[in-house]
Amino acid sequence: MEKLQTFDSLVSKNDFVIKFANVNGSGSASANQLFAKAVFRMGIPVSPKNIFPSNIQGLPTWFEIRINKDGYLGSKGSVDLSVAMNPQSYNQDVEELNSGGYLLYDSSWKRNFYRDDINVIEIPLTSLCVESFTNAKQRALFKNIAYVGALSVLLDMEYEIFEELISEQFASKKNLIEPNLKALNIGRDYVLNNLSYPIGLTLERMGKNDGKILISGNEAAGLGAVYGGATICAWYPITPSTSLAEGFEKYAKKFRVDEKTGKNLYASVQAEDELSAIGMAIGANWNGARSFTATSGPGISLMSEFLGLAYFAEVPVVVFDVQRGGPSTGMPTKTQQSDILACAYASHGDTKHVMLLPEDPKECFEFSAMAFDLADRLQTPVFVVTDLDMGMNDWVVDELKWDDSRKFDRGKVLDFEALEKMEEKFGRYHDVDGDGICYRTYPGAHPSKGAYFTRGTSHDEYARYSEDGEINATNLRRLVQKFKTASELVPDPEIILSDKKNCSGVIYYGSTSAAMLEARDMLKEEGIELDLMRVKAFPFNLDVWDFIEKHDYVYVVEQNRDSQMRTLLMAEGGISAEKLRSLVWFNGQPIEANFIAKKIREREPEKI
Amino acid sequence: MTYIQKPINHHPNLKKNKLGLTRRDYEGAVSSLCAGCGHDSISAAIIDACFELNIEAYKVAKLSGIGCSSKAPAYFLNDSHGFNSVHGRMPSIATGASCANDDLLYIGVSGDGDSASIGMGQFVHAIRRQVDMTYIVENNGTYGLTKGQFSATNDKDSPNKYGEENPFPPVDLAALGIQLGASYVARSFSGDRDQLVPLIMGAFQHKGFALLDIISPCVTFNNHDASTKSYDHIREHNDALGKVDFVPLGREITANYEEGETVEVNLHDGSKMSLEKLDSSYDPTDANLALNTVREKNDEGKVATGLLYIDTKAPDLYETLNAIDKPLNTLNEKELCPGSDKLKTINQGLN
Ligand SMILES: Cc1ncc(C[n+]2csc(CCOP(=O)(O)OP(=O)(O)O)c2C)c(N)n1
Ligand code: SF4
Ligand SMILES: [Mg+2]
Repeated sequence: MEKLQTFDSLVSKNDFVIKFANVNGSGSASANQLFAKAVFRMGIPVSPKNIFPSNIQGLPTWFEIRINKDGYLGSKGSVDLSVAMNPQSYNQDVEELNSGGYLLYDSSWKRNFYRDDINVIEIPLTSLCVESFTNAKQRALFKNIAYVGALSVLLDMEYEIFEELISEQFASKKNLIEPNLKALNIGRDYVLNNLSYPIGLTLERMGKNDGKILISGNEAAGLGAVYGGATICAWYPITPSTSLAEGFEKYAKKFRVDEKTGKNLYASVQAEDELSAIGMAIGANWNGARSFTATSGPGISLMSEFLGLAYFAEVPVVVFDVQRGGPSTGMPTKTQQSDILACAYASHGDTKHVMLLPEDPKECFEFSAMAFDLADRLQTPVFVVTDLDMGMNDWVVDELKWDDSRKFDRGKVLDFEALEKMEEKFGRYHDVDGDGICYRTYPGAHPSKGAYFTRGTSHDEYARYSEDGEINATNLRRLVQKFKTASELVPDPEIILSDKKNCSGVIYYGSTSAAMLEARDMLKEEGIELDLMRVKAFPFNLDVWDFIEKHDYVYVVEQNRDSQMRTLLMAEGGISAEKLRSLVWFNGQPIEANFIAKKIREREPEKI
Repeated sequence: MTYIQKPINHHPNLKKNKLGLTRRDYEGAVSSLCAGCGHDSISAAIIDACFELNIEAYKVAKLSGIGCSSKAPAYFLNDSHGFNSVHGRMPSIATGASCANDDLLYIGVSGDGDSASIGMGQFVHAIRRQVDMTYIVENNGTYGLTKGQFSATNDKDSPNKYGEENPFPPVDLAALGIQLGASYVARSFSGDRDQLVPLIMGAFQHKGFALLDIISPCVTFNNHDASTKSYDHIREHNDALGKVDFVPLGREITANYEEGETVEVNLHDGSKMSLEKLDSSYDPTDANLALNTVREKNDEGKVATGLLYIDTKAPDLYETLNAIDKPLNTLNEKELCPGSDKLKTINQGLN
């Protein structure tokens, strides 16, 4: 006899969070991605996030998928349906489930769970797969596909989409299509024959993903480097940046192989460490080839000395920093925005660096290509600072676009003809135009003109070693002028003003956008209005200072402990500490809208 | 004034090479190294080699790290681009630069501190990758620029200027080079120009990683009587494995050697290295023999010099990367950017 239900089950269409709890290395990731992609194909806004340990096999790993019909895709921080496939983490998985939520578990080994306010869905996945597959590896692997099949019925999804996705995925390994479909149907049939369906959470087709794609920031940035004309990638493996270099290689193999000779129009070198990786990138750029490296915090620390050289000798170089949890080795598989200061001021002596701060994979693509133009134009390192959340997770973004009339900006380079015409003596560090940017030459450009000696020691306008303090000071001042020029070339901040006058301002950047916009809407419903400014780059331009100037208080929302962006604003703009209110989140998970709203709500009553 | 340019009016009767240039056209700024420093003799030998080979200076890139030795590139080839990078990191600069443009001649100049200590990692990996360059270590067994500390190539027990003995055994860079597969490995002495110049010429014409470990005494900190890196010590203990000659393309070997007494190796561009063997059993294409010989001579307290090892067939990095013949730094938008149509296809694959 059925027990009488004493709680209300959650009911929601196209608005809930599913969390898959798996064992790392059990092959669950591709099944979970298949599920997320199916939701995407149904035209429903979706954001899959992989919450994984720094481990290859055995530790718990989660995959959280937020589905939201209104398009709020930041982390939500609560779970409505838990697909609990890992007995190690049952306690946590049961604990964090919302009241009235659903717990699906592998009932090959029956369990009682202590909560009486959740729905427990029992499917003997292991037993079913043991019956249907003979090979031990297949039995384990297809258990994952089987629960996806079960979900497709429980959530009332379109079966054809799964068929379509599986045949696309295995287009080149056709013999895998049949067993995958079989596994999918094992889960489906069990639900159809034994359980009541659908549950309270359901999915219904929408049209919201037209013109959208699902892509990770790393893949997009790697692609951006191909479009931006990078020819040499030098890198050293580190989570979460590795897939950026791999993304570059993947697309370079596709688009950069000469058809006639089979030879490559690119080179990718896995360096022995980050010191070498940045050195190679600097050497290549010095020689006139667009080159980059991709790394994360620990790599930035190692690259520091070379970054100072590139700054002072004025060699372009693009560095992708996919931030992870610090300090030190920190939380290698968790997300943070804690390298802001490390990048802005990387290296000893007076140094400052250009940073681009994309908010999502689409901007990763755009800023990646843009970084090569800026680096060449400014003859200095340009950082593209992203993070693990946008770097490694697939995000729904607008389709990528490219304007074919766009030309690479190689900056102020004197080629053979220009040198030939030149009458005065070439001075590598001679500020001819007054914008702080001088002319450079590539090695081998001209038989008798344009050669100079690049060095990290103090130098005069002709790149000659000089210990004259005034000459060095003049050069350092010119670099400040160049940085000012940079502030005019980097992208402007995105400013979103409310209709209301005199409300507080908020500054945020990078992957915080999704949660911030959702928090803004939540607060607006309560009558708290905010003006928003998303900073897209460093150095800050006049719009940034103007926005701060126009507000009594500005919250600075970021994902690090020490309010690094706030510190940077205070240091660079002389903004007072009282004016900039720090709002920080640094637990390694993507920042959540609820948290931002709560923190602002606490401090805003005087404004209502 | 910290930079001195040499006067440019030359003696009219100076010998000219095929490009109509004199030796002086290959010079650089006036050296600021100590008078008598071995490094200056190596610069002079590089100038000789460039002059003899009719090298166009602008097709050369000079790269270095930090140290007295690493300053040397400022003192030769004024018309070449140079890059004085950071301590121990020249190999990575060279690797990136040569990937960008394989057509230039890369001359890397380093010190024993620069290569055998702080830069050991990069040194080793540039060799493994077979970067197409000439890598010169100006080896004085000491840190000249920071005033005479032991370097990792200083022999065990060989004292510093203040009489303290070195407690640690040395790194033998040439032996290491052979072991790691450098395809041209030579050792020489800054004071032996006759041996040094042909070895440098051979290295320039060689395709792949050419390592020259050149003992280059530091007159200020490591030239005392008990030092094993002093001029006197090296002169007494120099054990040349053979008399080396560089034979440019189109010139025949004129000297009459008995058969079996010479080895000839054809270089990439058709020129040759010829080796008059003093020890008739030596074969510089045999890596094991080379390693053993270097080690045996070491044990005897001698310094084996000459062309230790050569392999003209090893593919260089650019070849291994399968990069196109045209230098990567010459490619334009049309060649590099896939364009909007391709992006549409990519978009379609992502939805
Ligand atoms: C990161 C760093 N550490 C230390 C130094 C100081 N330093 C400059 S040169 C040098 C040693 C140079 O020795 P070597 O390479 O043998 O060159 P030499 O002067 O003997 O020719 C040191 C330790 C430096 N420039 N950079
Ligand atoms: S200190 Fe030694 S290595 Fe440096 S310049 Fe003087 S003699 Fe040469
Ligand atoms: Mg030294």
